[in-house]
Amino acid sequence: MSTAIQMKGITKTFPGVLANDKIDFVVEKGEVHGLLGENGAGKTVLMSILYGLFQPDDGEIYVNGKEVSMDSPATAIRLGIGMVHQRFMLVPSLTVAENVILGREPVKDKVLLDMDKALKDVEASCERYNLAADLKAPIYALPVGIQQRVEILKALYRGADILVLDEPTSVLTPQEVTELFRAIRALKEQGKTVIFISHKLREVLSICDRITVLKKGKVVGTVRVEDTNLGELAKMMVGREVVYRFDKRPMNGREVVLKVESLKALDDRGLPALKGIDFEVHASEILGVAGVEGNGQTELVETLTGLRKTTEGRILLNNVEITAASPEERIRLGISHIPEDRYKRGLISDFSVKENLILGSHNKPPFAKKRVRLDFGQISRYARKLIDEFSIRTRSEDTPVRHLSGGTQQRVVLARELSREPKLVIASQPTRGLDVGATEFVRSKIVEMRDHGCAVLLISADLDEIWALSDKIAVIYEGKIVAIRDPQNTNEEELGLLMAGGKDG
Amino acid sequence: MEAQGTSKIRSWIKLGLQRTLPQIIAILLAFVAGAAVLLATGHSPIDAYGEMLRGAFGDMFGIGQTFTQATPIIFTALAFLFASKCGLFNIGAEGQLIVGAFAAALVGISFSGLPALVHIPIALLAGALAGGLWGLIPAILKTKLGAHEVITTMMLSYVATYLTSYMVNYPFKAPGWVAQTVPIAISAQLPRILEPTQVSASIFLAVALAGLTHYALQRTTFGYEVRATGLNLTAAENAGIDVKREMILALGISGAVAGLGGAGEVLGVHRRFIDGFSPGYGWDGLAVALVGGLHPVGVLLAAVLFGALRSGGMTMTRVTGVPLDIVIILQALVVLFVTAPMLIRYLLRRGGHKD
Amino acid sequence: MATPIVFASLGGIYSERVGIINVGLEGMMLTGAFSGVAITFLAGDPWLGVLAAILAGGLLGLLHALLTVKLIGNQIVSGTGINILALGFTAYMSQILWGSRGASETVTGLKAVTVPLLQNVPVIGEIIGTHTPLVYLMLIIMVLCHIALFKTPLGLRIRAVGENPAASDTAGINVFRIKYLCVMISGMLAGLGGAFLSLGHLNLFAWGMTGGRGFIALAAMIFGKWMPFGAFGASLLFGFADALQMRLQALGLLPPQIILTIPYIVTIAVLAGVVGRASPPSDYKPYSKD
Repeated sequence: MSTAIQMKGITKTFPGVLANDKIDFVVEKGEVHGLLGENGAGKTVLMSILYGLFQPDDGEIYVNGKEVSMDSPATAIRLGIGMVHQRFMLVPSLTVAENVILGREPVKDKVLLDMDKALKDVEASCERYNLAADLKAPIYALPVGIQQRVEILKALYRGADILVLDEPTSVLTPQEVTELFRAIRALKEQGKTVIFISHKLREVLSICDRITVLKKGKVVGTVRVEDTNLGELAKMMVGREVVYRFDKRPMNGREVVLKVESLKALDDRGLPALKGIDFEVHASEILGVAGVEGNGQTELVETLTGLRKTTEGRILLNNVEITAASPEERIRLGISHIPEDRYKRGLISDFSVKENLILGSHNKPPFAKKRVRLDFGQISRYARKLIDEFSIRTRSEDTPVRHLSGGTQQRVVLARELSREPKLVIASQPTRGLDVGATEFVRSKIVEMRDHGCAVLLISADLDEIWALSDKIAVIYEGKIVAIRDPQNTNEEELGLLMAGGKDG
Repeated sequence: MEAQGTSKIRSWIKLGLQRTLPQIIAILLAFVAGAAVLLATGHSPIDAYGEMLRGAFGDMFGIGQTFTQATPIIFTALAFLFASKCGLFNIGAEGQLIVGAFAAALVGISFSGLPALVHIPIALLAGALAGGLWGLIPAILKTKLGAHEVITTMMLSYVATYLTSYMVNYPFKAPGWVAQTVPIAISAQLPRILEPTQVSASIFLAVALAGLTHYALQRTTFGYEVRATGLNLTAAENAGIDVKREMILALGISGAVAGLGGAGEVLGVHRRFIDGFSPGYGWDGLAVALVGGLHPVGVLLAAVLFGALRSGGMTMTRVTGVPLDIVIILQALVVLFVTAPMLIRYLLRRGGHKD
Repeated sequence: MATPIVFASLGGIYSERVGIINVGLEGMMLTGAFSGVAITFLAGDPWLGVLAAILAGGLLGLLHALLTVKLIGNQIVSGTGINILALGFTAYMSQILWGSRGASETVTGLKAVTVPLLQNVPVIGEIIGTHTPLVYLMLIIMVLCHIALFKTPLGLRIRAVGENPAASDTAGINVFRIKYLCVMISGMLAGLGGAFLSLGHLNLFAWGMTGGRGFIALAAMIFGKWMPFGAFGASLLFGFADALQMRLQALGLLPPQIILTIPYIVTIAVLAGVVGRASPPSDYKPYSKD
């Protein structure tokens, strides 16, 4: 077997972070090679260097035995390397075929687009690699799994022999993962080489031939799949026993704070997103909602916070019906919301820290005299108190929130939402994009609120997080709660099955 | 202590320069480009600019004219500024100004025998309401039906021009050749404060409004909500702010301010409604708002600049024969030059933060 | 009647499809109208004037592109600035050339052309058989626009760039070049529309003669859902309102000023009735390589 890719001594630093530290990485032709590591271990950076998106500070790259200078994606594509990113690069209103050929369109009569040829060529790829897709459908109408296939088809259309898949399964249901693996095997049969970037141990074990483990920018080791197992990989990846449980005091708050009955709502396109949601959250309880993104979580949060109208059903907060209440009223009644996109929904980036800290309470005493005039004395005092309590790293309360780091910004959101002494906290993907320290902080704060009597609705795509924090776990699938489980009485397999629509029991 | 005092002043000056440097550069560049145009068409920039300066500030009358021209521009600039703080582009200030002027004129000519203390405020109020209505229509169209306010405010501006023109050519026409109303009652006149120039008490109103705008935006809950809506609609919504209400109020107030400006012109300067009395104050307002860095104080300064351009321009045309439109060209150049630096600075700020 | 609006709205489509709002269409049109007459005046040939109009519009388009794409300026401000510039510049040059900012002297216009075959078709023949060549040009260009946008690789790329510039970039497309190209085309088309207004019809230039048509073209573009044929249909509607207004004036039924408001009110009505359903082809966010 000859070598497809060899990366020698790759080093790359970003301000404050040594992302890749003298990495040696070898991929043989025709194998499926897994690149395993935690979030932030340096996997994506390494592959971005391979794809020409970044230049390494040091090191060499060899493709098919020849040294190359990977100065841009165009070069990488020319050398037969194709990359499927985590965030898809597709044009929503164009069809599958149009997206695949974009940039390399077949032409007839020197000027016109030759769609017939395009369709034929792409169709051939679909068959050869087991990647079925409706070529004439627009992207926005297709499920995520198919969209990913389009990305792969795109790479193949440009003549990729080496495919790099970056966390391909993070947005797929278990069913779709199976189909993806089938496609990967077909690719391998056709002689393609696949690099599979992931942090999911089980998957890497099931599809790869060899695995390279990265930890904090360094290579820990490369093993063959038959020579290793789950526990060993975990140890290599993390270097310590992975602690999955948070030490939580058992609580027995029993009043129902949030009750949702037969909730139905439409999404932005007018299609049903929530098809009859039922659940309850008690005081001093964290209800974790597990599910693959796109099954109605966003719409659920929006109906609960008052940003989306319901078509049927009721929402009750401490037995008071709030189904038609405005967002302002709900805040007043004690609902706090940690939004999933803090930059878009949670903060006003040009406002200062203190202005952001009073967002939502800005027209109430003590911040506003007679609901009209802002009392900056009080506001600054409040801001300083929160900066202290929540260890918000900022130069002053007047610094625009734009200048803060992601973790610090999330602290501002937390400080604001949690200090209102809410009765219900809705936390959507609260630790997304945060480093380990910030993640710990957010989680501990959530548990703190719970211990003090608050009801918490936790929505997260990170199953580990759901496991760690929830007192009860609900699974959402296609707009319905399909199951509610006690974490002690279930396991990952069952949850995974439920998340994919497998039936109860 | 001494050292602290001067260093505080120094940091103030530094801050002031930082925030105004892009605009100052833009203005200089505009004048340079304007000079090029003048040269290319056979005129001397030195003569032209010289006459402009002389006309604007050379004597009492000139200064008076400068401030007279600046006054309505302050109103329209504030109108544009206020709407833009809410994320809306009100480019129909011209129309709002005109309907406000007409409404004020109507009140001015319809009543007599009222004490000035009553007549003037009602007339001003009429102007504000008319302008406010002209701003509310696009606001409602936008919030309820999604119609883009750039086009609707623009269209309404034309409608305003023609509608008032009709009014003053037919039902309300004064005897004579000119398309104008009869003069307003003496009790409705805003006093002139700088005889023999045309500067009226309207300028006090303008400055007061600038101060009020700043206060409202920075120190009231309403201003907070307006700014939040303008900066990040989604986050404002999430925080319980009724963004539709904010937008309606913002555009309505914006129109009302412009309307007040028109009222001021009628009551203070012309003392009647004349068809076409506005040489484009609405457009000037837009440029002034931008050049003023979308800040009330900047607006005041920039308005004086533009007022000077207009009044000096008239002298320049009379003396050198350069077409008055060079003033419009200069204004446009300033707007264009301001567009770029404003965003270069914005870019620099964004570059300082990485999420 | 509708022709200038058609040109301008086609221009608007190309710009918006690439993600740049072009409120400067009005100014580009006006400049085109002026340039057409000015060059015809100086050179004596109306077709040279048309060429000048196209170039002038394209130049302003380039300016808009520079400000909004390269310097990431605010698109609406840039467009408005161009409008003001056009207003002032054309008035200024009018003064210089003809000594009056009101109206220029008349120039030789584009002569009407009779298409022999079409003229003999009953009923329709009279309506479409005889027109200034620019009208026929407009029809041809409209069809070309449609073909270009939907049946060529360039058109595909244009649509992709507007909707997802990042994706287009990774597909190897030069996003900036395409944006520049489209905004310039939009300027050229608007300029052409302006030329029709001045050369194809009145044979002179009058201050501000575009009278808001550039904005009406934007409304036509939205009403036509950013499709060339749709914009054409919408422009016909507005052109009808325009013609109606002129006819009514001639008949003296209503005072002229009231009649003049008709096209604008129609535009507002259209926007109010339609926009809820239409969504633009891009999100107009400036694209920067990170």
